[in-house]
Amino acid sequence: MTEPLIRLEEVTKIYPGMEDPAVETLNLAVEPGEILVLVGPSGCGKSTTLRLINRMIEPSSGRIIYEGEDVTRGDPNELRRRMGYVIQQVGLFPHRTIAENIATVPRLLKWPDKKCRARADELLELVSMDPATYRDRYPRELSGGQAQRVGVARALGADPDVLLMDEPFGAIDPITRDRLQNEFLRLQGELKKTIVFVTHDVDEAVKMGDRIAILRERSEIAQLDTPERILTNPADDFVGNFLGSGAILKTLTLRRVGDIELSSVPLLRPPVDREQALRLLEETGERNALLLDRAERPLRWVDRRALNSFRGNLDAARPSVSVLVQPEDTLHDALSGMLQNSMGCAVVTDRGGKYLGVCTIESLAQLLIDTGKEAEASRA
Amino acid sequence: MNGLQSWWDYLSVRGDMLAETIGETLLYVGSVTGSAGLLALTVAILTRHRPFAKELCLAIASVFLTIPSLALFTIFIPILGLGFAPSFVALFLYAILPILRNSVAGLDAVEASVLESAKGMGMTDRQVLLKVQLPLAWPVILAGVRVSALLTVSISAIATLVAGGGLGDFIKSGLARIPLPNSFEAIWTGVVFSLLLALGIDILLRLVARWTTPRGAR
Repeated sequence: MTEPLIRLEEVTKIYPGMEDPAVETLNLAVEPGEILVLVGPSGCGKSTTLRLINRMIEPSSGRIIYEGEDVTRGDPNELRRRMGYVIQQVGLFPHRTIAENIATVPRLLKWPDKKCRARADELLELVSMDPATYRDRYPRELSGGQAQRVGVARALGADPDVLLMDEPFGAIDPITRDRLQNEFLRLQGELKKTIVFVTHDVDEAVKMGDRIAILRERSEIAQLDTPERILTNPADDFVGNFLGSGAILKTLTLRRVGDIELSSVPLLRPPVDREQALRLLEETGERNALLLDRAERPLRWVDRRALNSFRGNLDAARPSVSVLVQPEDTLHDALSGMLQNSMGCAVVTDRGGKYLGVCTIESLAQLLIDTGKEAEASRA
Repeated sequence: MNGLQSWWDYLSVRGDMLAETIGETLLYVGSVTGSAGLLALTVAILTRHRPFAKELCLAIASVFLTIPSLALFTIFIPILGLGFAPSFVALFLYAILPILRNSVAGLDAVEASVLESAKGMGMTDRQVLLKVQLPLAWPVILAGVRVSALLTVSISAIATLVAGGGLGDFIKSGLARIPLPNSFEAIWTGVVFSLLLALGIDILLRLVARWTTPRGAR
């Protein structure tokens, strides 16, 4: 086991004038390179816990260890410059350009101007924003999603080892949020930062976390484990209730389409011979066959009726297969796709669009049943 | 037409007095807004984390503005004598409130999330003030300075009663001689040039605000 990068030891925080502590004798270790998600109902102290790490809130007692060094005393500003900090409302400086915002910490650390500018451009690229377009703009010209990208870029300004994120995607619309989450996970795949991530959303926790700490009042850890183990094996009723009834269903976000065995369907390739096609359906007993184009890309579903009624050339049809997923997509993505069409399956292609197989609703159902049984067995 | 002609005749032989009184009024505006601004901004900065002290200072500054101006100009005569000094003190006390109120409001208006992220990135309290709060509050502070400058132009007309000079000299001499010839011409001179002066200062300070406010804070 490697040495944890951040350790909270017996940390307690009592706000002045309050009787009950917001955080009570908390012990928490964050491993290097992991995303540790703190999740819990509102008022459980998860935000307070996060803010104790960079001493935005000073602990009443206990110790904070960072990189093996006790940082409970000493200059908090110096500590904060070594940790990126992202908050829900972003808090960009309205009077400074995007590039100046991103270079805030480098400037505090007195990097030379040229290096600050280069760093800002590099980070804009990293969060998929064109530096030439955005570097000289002002924050109010950005959408919410763009602002938070800049917020993340700014937190990465001086390349800190640690990112502290307090509901970073909480104020963003669901579609943009999903995209930002995916981009952030891709980014983390390259950067391997140590991240403490606060959210109240179980789905977000499951999606983002390498490990999840489920907190109850006074920031007491109800369970700390990998998402798989928490979902299939909640420690107690509190955790079970907090995860909600769809806990097993949520395991679908943890698996990729490429992880499961794909099913096959009857395939038709151009040129289509009607008699042969009808025979193929007859023999396989399937209702539908999938028509591919010359480059093995799925074109459309073909059933008996289509074959009988279609005059003219079937392979001249436009692509009409609506649900296409790729091996990197989660099973949850595949399921949502299937629910949108009536086929009960999603066609899997590689990145180039070439047919690989299909993922059926039956295989997902079987997977969930197996997961449930395993969970049952491990509890017994 | 006749009136305008006689006003012009009146003015044309009093160029020196006009220049002198305008100079005196401008001296009041510059010294009073400068010093009151410095004091108000200092107070606003020092009390930014102390809500009680902040409210107390605002209350005191408000009291000054409620004292009748005729009284405020005269009560300092026993200590300071006649002339510039008692007028300066009275105008100074008046000019504090608009700048103080705007400085406090401007500093308070900086969004909590902006301050949170500034602190979270490791800015010291001083850096937060100088690099974030003041630049963002600057246009609001300057608007307060503008109000104080205009207030000073108009109230400085009373300085003439304590021998403090300024454009009020024309108004006083006109008032004293009603209904003799040239009395209304004198009053009009004081009023019109006070207005022109106020207009000029207003435009100038608006331009200063434009030039010195960072683009994103406008």
